Amino acid sequence: MTDPVLRLENIVKTFPGVRALDGVSFSVMPGEVHALMGENGAGKSTLMKVLGGIHQPDGGAIVMGDTPVVMAGPLEAKAKGIVFIHQELSLAEELSVAENIYLGELPRKSFGRVDWARLAERTNSILKKLNVGFDARTRVGDLSIANQQMVEIARALTVDAKAVIFDEPTASLTDAEKVVLFDVIADLKASGVGIIYISHRMEEIFKITDRISILRDGQYQGTVNTAETTEEAVTQMMIGRKLDLSRNASHHELGNVALQVRGLSCGKLYSDVSFEVRRGEVLGFYGLVGAGRTEIAETLFGLRDPSSGQILLDGEEVRISSPADAIARGISLVPEDRKGQGLVLGMNCRDNMTLPQVDDLKAGPFMAEGAEVAIFDQYRDKLDIRTPGWKQRVGNLSGGNQQKIVIGKWLSMHPNVLIVDEPTRGIDVGSKSEIHKLLRDLAAQGYAVIVISSEMPEVLHVSDRIVAMYSGRIMRTFTSEEVTEDSLIQAISGLGGDKAA
Amino acid sequence: MSDASRNASDLREGIMATLSRQQVGAILARQGILIAFAVFMIAFTLANPKFLTPDNVLSVVRSSAIIGVMALGVTFVVISGNLDLSVGSMMSFSTIVVLDLHDKMGPLLAIPAMFAMTLCLGAFIGFLVGYLRLNSLIVTLGMLSAIHGLTLTYSGGQNMDIADKEGTWFSIFGQGTALGIPVPILIFVALAALLGLALAKTPFGRKVYAVGGNGTAATFSGIPRARTVFTCYLISAACVATAGLIQASRSLGSQNTVGQGLELEVLAAVILGGASLLGGSGTIFKTVIGVLILGFIQNGLLLVGLQFYVQFVVTWVIIILAVWLDIAAKRGKLWSPIA
Ligand SMILES: Nc1ncnc2c1ncn2[C@@H]1O[C@H](COP(=O)(O)OP(=O)(O)OP(=O)(O)O)[C@@H](O)[C@H]1O
Ligand SMILES: [Mg+2]
Repeated sequence: MTDPVLRLENIVKTFPGVRALDGVSFSVMPGEVHALMGENGAGKSTLMKVLGGIHQPDGGAIVMGDTPVVMAGPLEAKAKGIVFIHQELSLAEELSVAENIYLGELPRKSFGRVDWARLAERTNSILKKLNVGFDARTRVGDLSIANQQMVEIARALTVDAKAVIFDEPTASLTDAEKVVLFDVIADLKASGVGIIYISHRMEEIFKITDRISILRDGQYQGTVNTAETTEEAVTQMMIGRKLDLSRNASHHELGNVALQVRGLSCGKLYSDVSFEVRRGEVLGFYGLVGAGRTEIAETLFGLRDPSSGQILLDGEEVRISSPADAIARGISLVPEDRKGQGLVLGMNCRDNMTLPQVDDLKAGPFMAEGAEVAIFDQYRDKLDIRTPGWKQRVGNLSGGNQQKIVIGKWLSMHPNVLIVDEPTRGIDVGSKSEIHKLLRDLAAQGYAVIVISSEMPEVLHVSDRIVAMYSGRIMRTFTSEEVTEDSLIQAISGLGGDKAA
Repeated sequence: MSDASRNASDLREGIMATLSRQQVGAILARQGILIAFAVFMIAFTLANPKFLTPDNVLSVVRSSAIIGVMALGVTFVVISGNLDLSVGSMMSFSTIVVLDLHDKMGPLLAIPAMFAMTLCLGAFIGFLVGYLRLNSLIVTLGMLSAIHGLTLTYSGGQNMDIADKEGTWFSIFGQGTALGIPVPILIFVALAALLGLALAKTPFGRKVYAVGGNGTAATFSGIPRARTVFTCYLISAACVATAGLIQASRSLGSQNTVGQGLELEVLAAVILGGASLLGGSGTIFKTVIGVLILGFIQNGLLLVGLQFYVQFVVTWVIIILAVWLDIAAKRGKLWSPIA
């Protein structure tokens, strides 16, 4: 048997009020894809940050070859061949793609001048391998989240890696981009690199990984061979119970039309969009990234001006001029980018959650802090948010728990129309099914719910009707009885399934 | 693991953590200002016994009141993620205007008139930075110069003096005392309490933190970003007007350049207090601490016989130190080869 590329032994890491890692051991073999799984806040990212030199462990050892090593910082980890692709993107938005990829090691000419030509050439050759639609000179801030992710991946390909860590790389990738990513991983694997792969998506885990290690509440639960286990078994190890995946099939009465959109257009982003949502109904929006779904949501939330068309709330035509206006009319939007749009990372959990209603939570001239804490507690319990308390900075929460704060923030507004854009991005399987159930329950209680998602199982699971979009247009609207995976895929790729159908 | 053995291992880890170099660095970085201040206070008390007498302490606080009042307003602006470099020159304007109007319409009308004019300047800056989204550094640096020009135009370049210095009640704001405490200190304390509550406890204060912490997320939460920034500049202008009032009332006559350079001292106090220039953090209480630290350092240097103008250099050194410790605290170490 060959030696592992690296071994972690009894790693312990505590943060104030949280024991994030409690004696975790595991090892990665050369040429294997090793999955790391666990609920939100189980300690996966923290473990990888210890390995990547970002956190120093309080106890335990990292062993490479036969010797324990100390990862004093990210650069040192990189020098030792550990490449880390982060869950939360860490790119310099103002710089070009090439500069981001080679940051700190730009090719030089005489007198220390940057060799731009060589830089662009090298970068483009890597980008070509990744098959992406942008080039070396593009400003990173102009790229979509998915493409920024690809830049992070490109960065990993520049070093001579022994181990590559992917922390939820697919959370914001499209299916096509995923295929490219998996090819890249296969190449790395073939060249003997050890790969650590963190994801909440079972189908990926079972498709590309060789072994699975599981963490629960910072404790190591064991390692299994992927080929010899099942989704149920892994879930059981992760959450300590069986998952209830049944759909809340209660057939409640649909109410009146809460939101109707007629012939709405917005420049080149989308055109001639018409649909309606009734109270008690979940309307799914499915399509590729860039199909215009997010832009429609932003228009309904007062963030964009439509160029033509009508929006009717409860049958009355309205002009929604700002998010404040949308909120006042009972519309909530859970935005797709939690770090950029959803949260103030430096603020505590409670303050983030009550932010949209600060003006309504008053006792005299002051904030009613007791009421705020009550709201926070209610949604912490409802959504199972793992945090030592409301005073914790949101930036210190795990990725999935951050997402739950955003969801709680908008649920607590008790909207008439709830729009959620990629609601379960980065959320573990247990919580995901909880959130799906919650969305169904909300509909049953009479809310009108719009779910935008790039995950087909998700849309199929939660929606009563599904709108398929392609390139800014609605191709077809399916009912949950008539929809099939194939017809949906056809519709969103612009093939067949045309509007008249 | 049993409870007892867990406690024992916790303790061991606790001790290891306290002793580790990294932790010491992190503590130094986070509490560096307070530690440096404590060392400074002890050294100066040893060097000059007069330093910590009640009289001297009171005089430090009184002479810090003007800077302090302005720093309260600038705290709002900085937390909202912007800068205000115009406060010094705006204070000169307020001082000159109120002195001029004092003789023309009497103090009772002069004071509100001066406040109105200063607030107009604040509103103008707030409009440019808040609604037009112009860079606050450029806007307020420009206003520093523009308002200076405005003041000189207003005064014709002359010093401004009150004709009847003995016969006016106007002097109470700068020279009066109540219950044995100088009025400027009372104004500073009252304003600090009021604005401290506004920032920490009201919906508006929450919005200021949100806008400065992540403007996009604030917008997505329905918070009027432009109006919030605008209001911060109005608050800053109101504080500047109050500072101008104290200054005018203390001297009853003034040059056009009375506030020159104060913007840096104000900013130094705010940063010393720990507000981040990136926005989203800081408190009124910490700013007050920053003001006092700055006041004591300047006073201490005078007491040990350094020339008045040395303090300009010292102020600069303090700003650099404060900014350095600010980023060091974020990184958790004093020095790091990578950003
Ligand atoms: N810098 C920090 N300060 C305080 N607590 C932290 C910090 N970083 C992580 N934690 C806490 O440590 C625990 C583990 O977090 P971690 O990010 O490793 O979870 P995760 O398994 O990656 O979850 P997710 O699937 O949601 O990404 C969480 O409870 C989190 O709140
Ligand atoms: Mg994570």
